[in-house]
Amino acid sequence: MAVSSSATSTVMNNVEAVRATLYEAMKNDDRTVIIGEDVGPRGNVFLITKDFINEFGAERVIDTPIAEASIVGIAVGMAMEGLRPIAEIQFADFIYPAFNQIVGEAAKTRYRSNGEYTCPLVIRTPYGGGVRGALSHSVSIEALFYHVPGLKIVAPAFPADVKGLLNAAIDDPDPVMFLEHKKTYRLIKGEVPDGHYTIPIGKANVLKEGSQLTVVSYGLYVHWALEAAQQLQADNLSVEVIDLRSIRPMDRTTILNSVEKTRKLLIVHEDNKFGGIGAEISAMVAEEALFHLDAPIRRLCAPDVPAMGYALPLEEEYMSSPAKMAAAMREMVRF
Amino acid sequence: MSVHNDAPSSAKAKAFERHGLSDAQLIAMFRIMLAQRVLENRGFQLNRQGKIPFASASEGHEAVQAGAAMAFERGKDILVPYYRDLGLELGIGLTPYEVLLSLFARAADHSAGRQFPHHYANRTLGLHTISSVIAAQLPHAVGAAYALQYRKERGRAVLVTFGDGATSEGEWHESINFAAVHALPIVFLCENNEWAISTPLSKQTAQPDLYKRAEGYGIPGVMVDGMDAIACYAAVKEAMDRARCGGGPTLVEAKCYRFLSHTTDDDDRTYRSREEVVERRKSDPVPRFEALLAEGGILTAEDAQALKRSILDEANQATDRAESMPYPLPQDLYDNVYADGWQPWR
Repeated sequence: MAVSSSATSTVMNNVEAVRATLYEAMKNDDRTVIIGEDVGPRGNVFLITKDFINEFGAERVIDTPIAEASIVGIAVGMAMEGLRPIAEIQFADFIYPAFNQIVGEAAKTRYRSNGEYTCPLVIRTPYGGGVRGALSHSVSIEALFYHVPGLKIVAPAFPADVKGLLNAAIDDPDPVMFLEHKKTYRLIKGEVPDGHYTIPIGKANVLKEGSQLTVVSYGLYVHWALEAAQQLQADNLSVEVIDLRSIRPMDRTTILNSVEKTRKLLIVHEDNKFGGIGAEISAMVAEEALFHLDAPIRRLCAPDVPAMGYALPLEEEYMSSPAKMAAAMREMVRF
Repeated sequence: MSVHNDAPSSAKAKAFERHGLSDAQLIAMFRIMLAQRVLENRGFQLNRQGKIPFASASEGHEAVQAGAAMAFERGKDILVPYYRDLGLELGIGLTPYEVLLSLFARAADHSAGRQFPHHYANRTLGLHTISSVIAAQLPHAVGAAYALQYRKERGRAVLVTFGDGATSEGEWHESINFAAVHALPIVFLCENNEWAISTPLSKQTAQPDLYKRAEGYGIPGVMVDGMDAIACYAAVKEAMDRARCGGGPTLVEAKCYRFLSHTTDDDDRTYRSREEVVERRKSDPVPRFEALLAEGGILTAEDAQALKRSILDEANQATDRAESMPYPLPQDLYDNVYADGWQPWR
């Protein structure tokens, strides 16, 4: 990590921000344990927990058998009994065996016991494509889980947000899914304030103000949307870019305020379109702000195919790009 | 095996292996068994009267559960049950009134009327909240045991229970495997009643001795007659003691039987013969235990009658009191979704 010119912040990439935040959490609270596959001597497949086992011990940095349902389920039991587990699913693509433990158990612990038991649990997992990850190292999983009351889901795009939201997730008294876009791990660098801070879960961030179109995104596509919006700016086309940061709960106020100002809405996400995050945002805006709109809402999302392929043309066809986003933005602005 | 040394209270009394259980403890076990049967029967009665939508029962499991309850140390151990464990829950301190609140789905119920009957949660008793999803509670029990071991809370252990059907689930395997790797303070108690709703054990597994699977995990496996309350106590006690002092997990299989249908919504005549049920009823653990106590001079026929009357009275009072309590309010639907409110949009 490079120390920046400012004495109060440090330049990191996203993976370093995850690592630094986890390290502080382990240092500050001995109720915190990390449980997952290859988190011990290997230090996680992205080296996020490298050397943690030497400092914090095997009791707190737990290498599990390859058994995702019980990685989450055991963490649920730990959380019920006073620990603050951070469960890791090595790749989001491997989370399906844990679906019941997340949806049926963690999300309902507080509710079904009327608060007698709670589940302060963080489930971290790398997701997303554009890394030649093929069918089982590229998926987006947010739409499978955001339907579920009792869960919180965050998907930060910038290192400073990674830190603030991961701290918030760790402090949260309820289960939080913390989604890390793996292509941004080393690609995205930024200033990260030193010291402990949190960013509230459920607050979006207006990255770029604009007047002619609102673009809502999260994760890797936030960066591409920003790049595209800046291209349009060169032609004096003014696009507002919102980084959701949190998928559940979601920030209605920021979205509506923006749409009421720009009168047009484009949602871009890497996950496929049908039943995706964009569907819920579209429905909300249609319910709450239809008569503020000057154009149909548009969603630029992945096609409805099971996955991106391993071959580069298949991956590129599945993924969007700053160019495709810029084209969609131009059409929307000119509508 | 040592034989109990206390002088029997009657000259004709037959001594039996009681594994250190006092007369008072034996009577307490019998009380649990009777209360379990009366309160579950109450659930079926209320259902047939149209007063509650659903009930389930564990007739045939009384010996396992009363025995296991006596091996549980209140205030120390943690119980992660399944939905057919009323005797065990009564045995660690759940009251008939709490049972009736659950049956009637009243606001004062631990889940505030949300959960199905017999899905309790009581932190004071160390009684975990569960869903109805088979074997989903096992990883929670393992996590709880990990927390005890991590905090070096010696002298505490987790008791997790499940039926024979649960042994087919992946989480069953994952949980025992992880607990064995970490030598966690936990006992896996299988109440093998031979039926998973309509599916017999023979279609669940080709190896009917479930305890033998323990060897595959490198932990002790014990089989016990689930119709023998004292044997069940002894087996679970030994396993819990081992867990409490760092000896790691044990798989205990108690072979019992489910005398009734799966729930009030099931009709077991559609999948098993009356002859089978009648035959298995001959080993009903409740009269068997009552006879043992009578022959042992521990409980006279009059005492037994008085005990049954007092349990019925208590069940009746609990029924009236719970029935008179209010339902949750419609707005209670919105409580405890999250610590900080329920709306998906902020």
